Parts: sequence; C-alpha cells; structure tokens
Amino acid sequence: MIPAAFDYVRASSAEEAINLIGQHGDEAKFLAGGHSLVPLMKLRLAQPSVLIDIGRVSDLSYIKDAGDHITIGALTRHRDVETSSIVNEHVPLLAHATSHVGDPQVRRRGTIGGSLAHADPASDLPATTLALGATYVAQGPNGSREIPASAFYSGYLTSVLAADEMLTEIRVPKMNGAGWSFQKFNRRAQDWAIVGVAAWRNGNEASVALVNMASVPVLATSVGAAIASGASIEDAAAQAAAEADPQADLNASVEYRQHLARVLTRRALEAASA
Amino acid sequence: MEISITINGKAVSADVEPRTLLVQFIRETAGLTGTNIGCDTSSCGACSIHLDGEAVKSCTILAAQADGGSVTTIEGLASADGTLHPMQQAFMENHGLQCGYCTPGMVMAATSLLNDIPNPSEEDVRIGLEGNLCRCTGYHNIVQAVLACANK
Repeated sequence: MIPAAFDYVRASSAEEAINLIGQHGDEAKFLAGGHSLVPLMKLRLAQPSVLIDIGRVSDLSYIKDAGDHITIGALTRHRDVETSSIVNEHVPLLAHATSHVGDPQVRRRGTIGGSLAHADPASDLPATTLALGATYVAQGPNGSREIPASAFYSGYLTSVLAADEMLTEIRVPKMNGAGWSFQKFNRRAQDWAIVGVAAWRNGNEASVALVNMASVPVLATSVGAAIASGASIEDAAAQAAAEADPQADLNASVEYRQHLARVLTRRALEAASA
Repeated sequence: MEISITINGKAVSADVEPRTLLVQFIRETAGLTGTNIGCDTSSCGACSIHLDGEAVKSCTILAAQADGGSVTTIEGLASADGTLHPMQQAFMENHGLQCGYCTPGMVMAATSLLNDIPNPSEEDVRIGLEGNLCRCTGYHNIVQAVLACANK
C-alpha cells in the first residue's frame, strides 16, 4: 500500500515548521517519526496534501533534569526515553510504559511528541503522562503555551492543539520514589492495549489513568479520591471504570473493558503499594 | 524529488515521488529484493532493514525520510567472498527458517538486537524480536539461532 500523493517539505527548526504549516493550512500535517501517520495514510484514513517533515529538527530531541521535573523534547524517540538514565531514575513509570510502545523497530523511529499529538486513546503514553500530571508545551506563531495533559485531549485522535501549533516539549514531575505499575492487557506482545492502566502511589496519594477506556485517555479520579480517603485497594479499584466511557470492538465488549479496568487497576495499585 | 541513500555501501540516487516508501526504494529503485513486504502495516517485521545502524521497518518510512542516510539490507550482511554473516550461519545451523519469508527481517532485527544486548537471555531475544512475526511459527529455532550466534 502506498499513500495518496502529497507534497513534501522539510523543516530544520520549530519556527520554520510553524511558518510552513501556516502557509499550507489545514491540509498540511507534521511528520515526526511517521509511525502513526504513515500507516493511516497508507490506509487512506488520513490524506494530507502536504507533509512537513520535522524529523530532522534535532534541537527538539533531548531529555533534561529540571529540578522537580524532567523535560523531554517532543522529537525524542521512544527508544531514547526508554533507555534514558534520567527518565529511569526520576520517572520510572514513563520509561517502563515507553518500553511497551509497539516493538523495538517502532520505538527507534516513533517520537514521544508524535505519539501524544496523535492522541490515540489506545496508545500507552497519553494515559501514562496523564497519570503523571505532565504538562505539554506547544509552540505556535505567537509563541509558546503550556497545556496540562488533563486538558489536552478533546476527542478521538483529537487534541486542543491549533492547526498551526506543534508540540515542542513534555514536562513530567519527578515521582520522588512513589510506587508505580503499568498494566497492559493485549493478545499479542506488540498490540495496542485492549485496556491498560498506568498508576502510581505515594502513601495516601495515588493517580490512575486508563488506556483505551474512552475516546480520550481517562484519569480515574474516583480511584485517587478513594485511596486518599483511606479506602482499601479493592474498594478503590472497584471505582476504576467510573469516569470511563469505553466502546465495544472486535476485542472486547463494554462490560469486559469495564471489568478489565477494575482488575488491572487492582493489580496496579497492589504493585504500586508493595 | 531527488534523494540519495547509501545502500550496502553504494550510493543510490533517484528522482522519486514523495510518497515512495523506503522498502519500495530498496526493492524497485535499488533492485534489492531480499527485503520482503509482508503485512505492509508495520506489524510483521518482514521489511526490517538497518537505517543508520539500527533495525527499523522500511514499509513505514518514506524514502525521503531516509534521504542522506545509510541502509543495510540482508544482501549487505555476507562478505564479498560469499562468507555468511555469523547470524546467517547461525540461522542455517539451527534450522532457524521454514518457508523463509520472515527470515531477512528476522536476521536484520536479530543483528540489531545483539548490537544493543551482546549477551541476551532467551527472554531478551523473545522480547527483542516481538516486532517480527513468523507465520510458520518457527520461533523456537529462531530464538536458538540468535542465542547460538551470541554465544559464538
């Protein structure tokens, strides 16, 4: 399968990329690693008339320790996040969840910013960064703005990014030794999660986010509230599907997904509390 | 658009459409058909090649994205005198192939795996090859071949 024809332009900086997308309008798309976009284009589910290749904007590929949080450039490849000593030390949940994205070949090409901007609720990283309370930085023609992960996702494959904005940085608070777990339920190793759970816990503070349990990644606030009020793990996990609105598909019914969310949340909280 | 990619040490330049996939460029422009197209959706790994030293799936990369890069395909592994690469030899000795369709991708993924983890456990090999499917389900001997190569 070959994508429909398009024009291809290469940007060498974020400013140039934003300028180019401003010129080309709604029919243009940014191309980072291409491991979400190119498959969609081959299937004709996306048919942009212009691709702006930002894959060579090397100054957006970095991982830095910034005190109480770490910063990750949007064009940092999954493999670099997965193996980063800074990420493994300070945000181990993100390093681990990233090691579950696709497969090794995919992780050498795909980027964290590309995955988040693609806004697939079945992807591992939107929910993981949501559980971690991350903030995304977007750059547009009039400068940068910060968007909390909790305000970023607006619908299936849709975010609040404007047409002429691009993700440039992800800021993730350090976990400060909190217990954590990432549970991914799928049929084959490389598949998307049928349901996934990203969780961390530090005493009575806990945060749980769900993969593939709605048209957007879901923060299971009822679970966090239950843990904060001293509920048992079992009672807290029973609330896991409260904020979710899952769809049925070939893999799972709505009821099965809700069941999985509760079971995986219990397992995640047990692991994070150990 | 005019692009140039070094494939197995030789520069290949061509004027291609932007939508040309890297695997097409390798098979049709460079004429190297050892790299197979399997699922065509970046699931099966049959199209795995090395781009700048690392295994990637060439069905999901535009040739334009690899412009200026260096590619190694299965044809580039053996020595000029025909001596097989140790991984190819290990696949042969351990019967690491049945129909052979997944084999070029398996070998390219496996050599990249050993670059990252020179002494892998069996678990490391199984996880490291999760992006490559064998429809003959011949995984056992593939894993044995990779372990044998690592232990040489």
